[in-house]
Amino acid sequence: MREKLLEIRDLKVIYKTDEETVEAVNNIDLDLYKGESLGIVGETGAGKTTTALSIIRLLPYRVAKILSGEIIFNEQNLLELSEKDMRKIRGNNISMIFQDPMSSLNPVLTVEDQIAEVLRLHMDYGKEMIKKRVKEVLQLVGIPHDRMFEYPHQFSGGMKQRVGIAIALACDPDLLIADEPTTALDVTIQAQVLNMIDELQSRLKTSMILITHDLGVVAQTCDNVAIMYAGEIVESGTAKDIFEGERHHPYTEGLFGSIPNLDIDEKRLNPIQGVMPEPSMLPSGCRFHPRCPHCMDICIAESPQSKSFDGHHIKCHLFL
Amino acid sequence: MSNKLIEVKNLKKYFNTPMGNLHAVDDVSVSIDRGKTLGVVGESGCGKSTLGKTIIRLHEPTEGEVLFKGENIFDYSKKDMKKLRSSIQIIFQDPYSSLNPRMTVSRLIAEPLISNKIYKSKREMEDRIKSLMETVGLSGRLYNAYPHELDGGRRQRIGIARALAMNPDFIICDEPVSALDVSIQAQILNLLMDLQEELELTYLFITHDLSVVKHISDEILVMYLGQSVEKAPYKELFDNPIHPYTKALLGSIPKPILGERGKIRNTIKGEIFTPINPASGCRFAKRCDYAKEKCYVEDPVFIEVSENHFVACHI
Repeated sequence: MREKLLEIRDLKVIYKTDEETVEAVNNIDLDLYKGESLGIVGETGAGKTTTALSIIRLLPYRVAKILSGEIIFNEQNLLELSEKDMRKIRGNNISMIFQDPMSSLNPVLTVEDQIAEVLRLHMDYGKEMIKKRVKEVLQLVGIPHDRMFEYPHQFSGGMKQRVGIAIALACDPDLLIADEPTTALDVTIQAQVLNMIDELQSRLKTSMILITHDLGVVAQTCDNVAIMYAGEIVESGTAKDIFEGERHHPYTEGLFGSIPNLDIDEKRLNPIQGVMPEPSMLPSGCRFHPRCPHCMDICIAESPQSKSFDGHHIKCHLFL
Repeated sequence: MSNKLIEVKNLKKYFNTPMGNLHAVDDVSVSIDRGKTLGVVGESGCGKSTLGKTIIRLHEPTEGEVLFKGENIFDYSKKDMKKLRSSIQIIFQDPYSSLNPRMTVSRLIAEPLISNKIYKSKREMEDRIKSLMETVGLSGRLYNAYPHELDGGRRQRIGIARALAMNPDFIICDEPVSALDVSIQAQILNLLMDLQEELELTYLFITHDLSVVKHISDEILVMYLGQSVEKAPYKELFDNPIHPYTKALLGSIPKPILGERGKIRNTIKGEIFTPINPASGCRFAKRCDYAKEKCYVEDPVFIEVSENHFVACHI
């Protein structure tokens, strides 16, 4: 029986500055089950990272406002917790891997110190025990433990990302959020890191949210997929629904058409026309209608509801 | 008659560093026919950008020749070089940092026209700028806009318009789509291919993304630590890769199809080594699964294994 670990209901996040209000995430619903992995795919500005930061409550607090919604994690609403309680969960039950391994590590602390930091905060370990655990997680991510006294600048990009993953895994989290973990890496290194994430995830039974713009990465690592566009989830379902299903949101089709395909010998690509709308001036009705090849009158006037085909959700008037 | 527009012969570029000589480009020879595209692929630090910059003499080469329409451009004087620069152009990777934020779109596109004193009257220049904007798909209302008002795809279109302004024969594209989202990336790739057909352009297309390079190239050169390891027509390279590094690169691309998951992918272990004072022998040997003793001692030679398919490997 699948057990729900995380449930997001009707989440709406805006960024408010003096000049404008940006609607970054608009009333999204998401479910994540224990031991499964969910890929969130979308282009720049789709709201993927904002969703992740809302879960772990790291939104920039001066400008970001959560207008509505709840995020239920292990039966408690994270949005209602005090900062003190949240701090106990962050890094312990929920941890995050960031995109840029070059800038997410502290350059003046050794790798050992940085991994030990989370353990000291969350675990009731003695000195020896911490040292032992640091060695364990380093081994887990494939770094020889005699390198634990080195500083981040002595590591290459791929190795730094492994350190980031080691920090995230140190406390055995229930939920791991990986925000574009391989985007800054070369393909061969990306393949190594993805292999490792996939293997660790299935071995440790950690649930994972993987944020990426690369459908290829999702196909390799995720059970479920949600496609985001302009702050909304336009399509979600199992990986099979998304990659092999018959029905698709036009945006998903456009995304697939944009990827250069290695196996089919075709010269021209079929990209989506136009560009992402400014998030401060979102179009009326369906957010995708100005770029959609199937745009109808109703799309301009009304925002579509999500329709479910056996758990495969599509938010488009074509299917209503 | 030879249809070669540009021919690079044994090009070497070493940089002096405190630690020794950095072999950024080491003995690379390629040629590109008029109207064709050569894709150059490799990971960061393999010397692909240095190759591009040395070909247009933004770096002075350590050794070697670049023949453009049969003449060695390294023998050119400064004056000749300036003339030549109008027929060789470059499109840079990052549309965010390669445009002056204080210039309007029209001024940015006009720059090459102004510095080469092409047009005498303002009217003519304006007409030319407008037609260039139309060619690359920028709407006329952006004539007086500034780069910060535009998204990455439109900015890259400005970069392309600038490169086209001088009616070049040859354009070096240095990762022109890496900074863009996939849907925009596809638009720009299509644009580059259309322009090539229309204007008979020749491209040297530098990228780290094999799937992009497959789309746009006629021939592909794979580089590793400054050396060419494999060169073949695009179809041949994808259907029949020979060098272990090429195979690993192809195997590393995550494909957007299911059923590949969990399989051990054909990846390589370890990471790229430093190109400073490289030891003799194959530079890939330490990461190669098939390495033999010979690979550590002797430099492999770049040989033709089948028609137009070159490989530098002992196996």
